[in-house]
Amino acid sequence: MTASVVRIEDKLYQNRYLVDAGRPHIKVRQHQSPSPNLLALTVVCPAKCYEVNEDGQVEVTADGCMECGTCRVLCEESGDIDWSYPRGGFGVLFKFG
Amino acid sequence: MTEERFDAIVVGAGMSGNAAAYTMASRGLKVLQLERGEYPGSKNVQGAILYANMLETIIPDFRDDAPLERHLVEQRFWVTDDTSHTGMHYRSDDFNEPAPNRYTIIRAQFDKWFSRKVRAAGAIVLCETTVTELALDAAGKVIGVHTDRAGSVIHADVVVLAEGVNGLLGTRARFRKVPKPEAVALAVKEMHFLPEEVINERFGLTGDQGCVIEAAGTISRGMAGLGFLYTNKESISLGIGCLVSHFAATLESPYALLDAFKNHPSIRPLLAGSEIKEYAAHLIPEGGFKAIPQLFGDGWVVVGDAAQLNNAVHREGSNLAMTSGRIAGEAIAAIKSRKHPMTSDNLSLYKAMLDKSFVLKDLRKYKDMPALLHTNSRNFFTTYPQLMSQAAQNFVRVDGTPKIEKERATTAALIKARSRWGLVSDAVRLALAWR
Repeated sequence: MTASVVRIEDKLYQNRYLVDAGRPHIKVRQHQSPSPNLLALTVVCPAKCYEVNEDGQVEVTADGCMECGTCRVLCEESGDIDWSYPRGGFGVLFKFG
Repeated sequence: MTEERFDAIVVGAGMSGNAAAYTMASRGLKVLQLERGEYPGSKNVQGAILYANMLETIIPDFRDDAPLERHLVEQRFWVTDDTSHTGMHYRSDDFNEPAPNRYTIIRAQFDKWFSRKVRAAGAIVLCETTVTELALDAAGKVIGVHTDRAGSVIHADVVVLAEGVNGLLGTRARFRKVPKPEAVALAVKEMHFLPEEVINERFGLTGDQGCVIEAAGTISRGMAGLGFLYTNKESISLGIGCLVSHFAATLESPYALLDAFKNHPSIRPLLAGSEIKEYAAHLIPEGGFKAIPQLFGDGWVVVGDAAQLNNAVHREGSNLAMTSGRIAGEAIAAIKSRKHPMTSDNLSLYKAMLDKSFVLKDLRKYKDMPALLHTNSRNFFTTYPQLMSQAAQNFVRVDGTPKIEKERATTAALIKARSRWGLVSDAVRLALAWR
């Protein structure tokens, strides 16, 4: 588990981002216990933006987000998350794409 | 700016958006293209292979200055199990032709080039601008867009939604639905850099010749998915993609899957010593013909990945995107030249033209394929690959076992894994879906 956390950080470190500080483009809605799809994001998100906090709720830190939309496809319709694109110019900036 | 009125607004500067903007601008329309990235290409991810013919139709002399990596002379299809691959290679000197058929490209560079052509054709391209909402009149006709830049609505007769597979505008306006998890694949990719000579030597290439490997089998761990390796001039694009619904069901991590693919004994030596410089993720439309949404309405059309125009069987996406963008641009220019309004009725010309093109003909041909592969993924992506590997090893390993016994063992393994009925039924269903 720890090994994979280290690896994803190393991978994301290669990427270029312009983080829009204080304006996250994805928000997780308040919940008591996460839905199965929301919980799945802690493993399935390719940037590992989602994690379970001490209280068992799923939180998002969108700084490393590659804007792929996997979480939106899995969770927006059920109302688990609010998904927008970052403001123009912000977010991931692919050098190769 | 806000007072200005455009013939067309194109949302997005990917393959379909650039093709649409170029087509309309070069026919004299007043076009505004909006792109949320810092530069065109900074948000775009693809494998990436470029099919020359579809670009040639738009920009005949693209080979003069487009940033192309390698032209492809060899294609390898691999079926993998954990330690082996069974492969079919196709290599032909015919591909060393004066105007090659397929190239590898790097999208950030290619899209910048395409965008320069769009500007040269006369379109206004505005980057770092996220379109937040479509502007509709009381009757529900699209009349322009709202952006995250200060200012009111930017008006246009028609908006071309080239916003990609994860486009928000069309779904928020309820023109189409958010793609279902079983209709999109999540692909992750790394860029591995190696000296040009090393790549040439490892793949048996000279000059700007290129090679492609596509691999299916146990690498996707029972999910419907595909791994790929594309040779660029001084780098290798290595990636793997599987259905989002299968990721959610199996709880496999995409980067662990990519790392395992990288470390597969057939792949590892090809990448040895490489320096990784980027990690990217992207969704790929996989729903095929049945997932195509409404393509036009009052004051709008949708093109490319946003319209799910992707041929998953042949792994063609960007050429369908480019072609749909071009056709949408031609349809809009034709309506404009007749001085007709951009109503749903008139914009149905786009769909009629697309129906006649290879885009919808190809997708219609494979309309049953996604459901077949997606619901039988364990058979097609684990069981059969393992059996194929066993059969191949049985065939080539010489150990004193009589050949007739080896053949019987191979047949018995097939029947044990899938039963006679299962084998026949899989074969028939595959044949029907292919037809």
